[in-house]
Amino acid sequence: MYHNPEILESLKKVEATRQERFANKDNIARMTADEKDAILKAYHPDYKEENFVNLTVGVNKGDKVPHELAAYLQAHSRIKGKKIDLTKPAYDVDVLVIGGGGAGSSAAIEAHEAGANVMIVTKLRIGDANSMMAEGGIQAADKPNDSPAIHYIDVMGGGHFANKPELVHKLVTEAPDAIQWLNHLGVEFDKTEDGTMVTTHGGGTSRKRMHACKDYSGAEIMRTLRDEVLNRGIPVVEFTSAIELIKDTEGKIAGAVLMNMETEEIMVARAKCVVIATGGAGRMHYQNFPTSNHYGATADGLVLGYRAGAKLLYADTLQYHPTGAAFPEQILGALVTEKVRSLGAQLVNKNGVAYIHPLETRDVNASGIIRECSDRDNGVDTGTGKAVWLDTPMIEMIGGEGTIMKRIPAMHRMFAKYGIDIRKEPILVYPTLHYQNGGLEISPNGMTGIPNLFVAGEAVGGIHGRNRLMGNSLLDIIVFGRNAGKESAKAAKDVKLAKLTLSHVAKYEKELKEAGVDTKLVSPKLLPNYARNRKDI
Amino acid sequence: MEMVTIYLMGKKYEVPSNLTIMKAMEYAGYQLLRGCGCRNGFCGACTTIYRIKGETELKVCLACSTQVEDGMYIATLPYFPLVKQVYDIEKVKPTEQIMMQLYPEIYACIGCNACTKRCTQGLNVMQYIAYAQRGEFEKCAEESFDCVMCGCCSSGCPAGISHPQVAMLARRLTGKYIAPNCEHLDIRVEEIARGDFKATMEALMQKPLEELKELYNNREIEK
Ligand SMILES: Cc1cc2nc3c(=O)[nH]c(=O)nc-3n(C[C@H](O)[C@H](O)[C@H](O)COP(=O)(O)OP(=O)(O)OC[C@H]3O[C@@H](n4cnc5c(N)ncnc54)[C@H](O)[C@@H]3O)c2cc1C
Ligand code: FES
Repeated sequence: MYHNPEILESLKKVEATRQERFANKDNIARMTADEKDAILKAYHPDYKEENFVNLTVGVNKGDKVPHELAAYLQAHSRIKGKKIDLTKPAYDVDVLVIGGGGAGSSAAIEAHEAGANVMIVTKLRIGDANSMMAEGGIQAADKPNDSPAIHYIDVMGGGHFANKPELVHKLVTEAPDAIQWLNHLGVEFDKTEDGTMVTTHGGGTSRKRMHACKDYSGAEIMRTLRDEVLNRGIPVVEFTSAIELIKDTEGKIAGAVLMNMETEEIMVARAKCVVIATGGAGRMHYQNFPTSNHYGATADGLVLGYRAGAKLLYADTLQYHPTGAAFPEQILGALVTEKVRSLGAQLVNKNGVAYIHPLETRDVNASGIIRECSDRDNGVDTGTGKAVWLDTPMIEMIGGEGTIMKRIPAMHRMFAKYGIDIRKEPILVYPTLHYQNGGLEISPNGMTGIPNLFVAGEAVGGIHGRNRLMGNSLLDIIVFGRNAGKESAKAAKDVKLAKLTLSHVAKYEKELKEAGVDTKLVSPKLLPNYARNRKDI
Repeated sequence: MEMVTIYLMGKKYEVPSNLTIMKAMEYAGYQLLRGCGCRNGFCGACTTIYRIKGETELKVCLACSTQVEDGMYIATLPYFPLVKQVYDIEKVKPTEQIMMQLYPEIYACIGCNACTKRCTQGLNVMQYIAYAQRGEFEKCAEESFDCVMCGCCSSGCPAGISHPQVAMLARRLTGKYIAPNCEHLDIRVEEIARGDFKATMEALMQKPLEELKELYNNREIEK
């Protein structure tokens, strides 16, 4: 229920044009390649040069990244000035997994399966992670009209051909196996009575290959993986963050320095291999955008890896999901899954005009909304900013009454809590900071340039090029999570650790000084500071 | 800005009326460590108990997705000790015995419905436990699907049932053993293992950028 007169006036226009839009829904033109280029350059936040700076320290010196990220990459270590006894580790394992999301859990399960002694440390609880929040679904080319090759072309095109081909190859060819693995673990995918997967389009897909578990796809996958981790008795140390990586005197990775989030006790974990699976960066609030991410998404893995000498790839590209909730204020930035558009809801401006095809890629649609709400002045004023409509009642016109409750119950619930019935009323949306396209660079075996340091999940850069398609991230956390688990377990068998050292941290501090970086910040950030009246240090 | 009075762990604060409980705590100055995960109703980290001044009923909710009300007495419950039994998914079978073996307390349900009343997701919890008792796992899975495992249901159960864990088991049994098998998936996995796509994929990876762009821009899109 909307009360604000300006919103109501625009709402009337949306309702007035709905029948006609419905009749013409298949005739909305897709943009040409040139049109897409132009709109991205003019409106996408990644192209706002003033919000980026070049790094002055480290392996990516000279490369541009968002200035908020630069500040944390070029900040002081949390262990600066602390005495840490590396000879008495609190934990001593083959494989240390940092981060208890989908990538970390998959890695831990596979490492355990391969016989390694593996443990997980995670900042909040296992499953308090972006993985738990994914709604829309997971891609895999497993239908007769589809193939890994078709999937490959979609991924490359969506990523503006900047993707690392060998990583995309792995992603698409191992996708069906990833779905089967999840299914065998007990994940309940939406299926028809004969077992056929119910699949839909996502932005930028050329085949309907989005598999889902209603709109709790990530939750269903994550809770199943968590259950499996616990069944296997894999130790999970919660409310504990990795704050620095440890190497040995030969330059191999050798563990991590951990911090108990509540007591701030510092501990050492010695490990033959480390898997960074720390996820994304939404809580960095790049360019002041609200975010759809969980509380712990603060780019920690990038900071840890970078300080240890691992290379970043495409850290300057972020994904702004076109449809973040813009109203009511309580859920500002929360994700409205792309599936809402897959099921037929159109993007409509304040005059009731469907100004764009709803399933252009995310970056294009986000740019389109920003254009409507800025230069074109076709945005609805919500009280906290401008927004466009996402016409959810169309879903039931297309799919029949009941489609919303059956396919996107979480979306219905999220708005119903604030008195908006998305079956009858459209919702207001604006782009929200959603996904870290870039991250630490890996080879197909999951390893960075530092021996025995693996990365999986959203902390990786290169799989999705400069823009990820919906459903390929849940896919990559499974494919590359499992891969990192297997490969690290294998690698650990031959590892003989030399003496442990934190000299790379001291070296980095020295470089900061030499480069004249003057900062009081310490990193990794660990958590955003939302407490009013408190200053970030 | 309209303000309301709330009590956090008994201490009084004035906060804007349009905030969620979670944001109100931060407005009051708390830097949250526990009891905060997804911040949007998916992870179940933020279980909270409250009572409105003058009312007798104790209510439970998710702090991240509940708006503050005037006179709210709020206590967070950042950890709820659910019982999770360990099992091997490859060895269990979807029969009634498995529940009897792992979660026998479900048969001590006295039908008080406290669980359903407390569910933050509005699920019919007592009903899904009844399905589990009867070995109707598919129904239990369907009824419990939207569960975020916050533990509110269990916090009031006189029989000591860990409802979310019972449902978790039922869903895994359903997903693995009861739901129809997906044939096209099995076929595709086999084709890939056999190397059917190897040549095409390798050729594709060798393609010059311009050719790949051509392919992308002219690709056929399924209606
Ligand atoms: C709202 C939302 C909806 C989405 N929908 C989809 C979708 O439909 N389809 C799709 O494919 N993708 C989707 N995504 C993207 C996808 O869910 C994520 O990219 C993916 O799940 C990331 O998995 P991960 O394991 O890499 O990271 P996460 O799942 O975020 O896990 C990282 C874990 O590491 C922990 N951690 C962080 N730093 C540290 C540290 N220093 N020490 C210890 N632990 C640490 C975190 O707390 C967290 O538990 C969505 C994302 C969001 C936020
Ligand atoms: S913080 Fe995840 S449900 Fe509230």
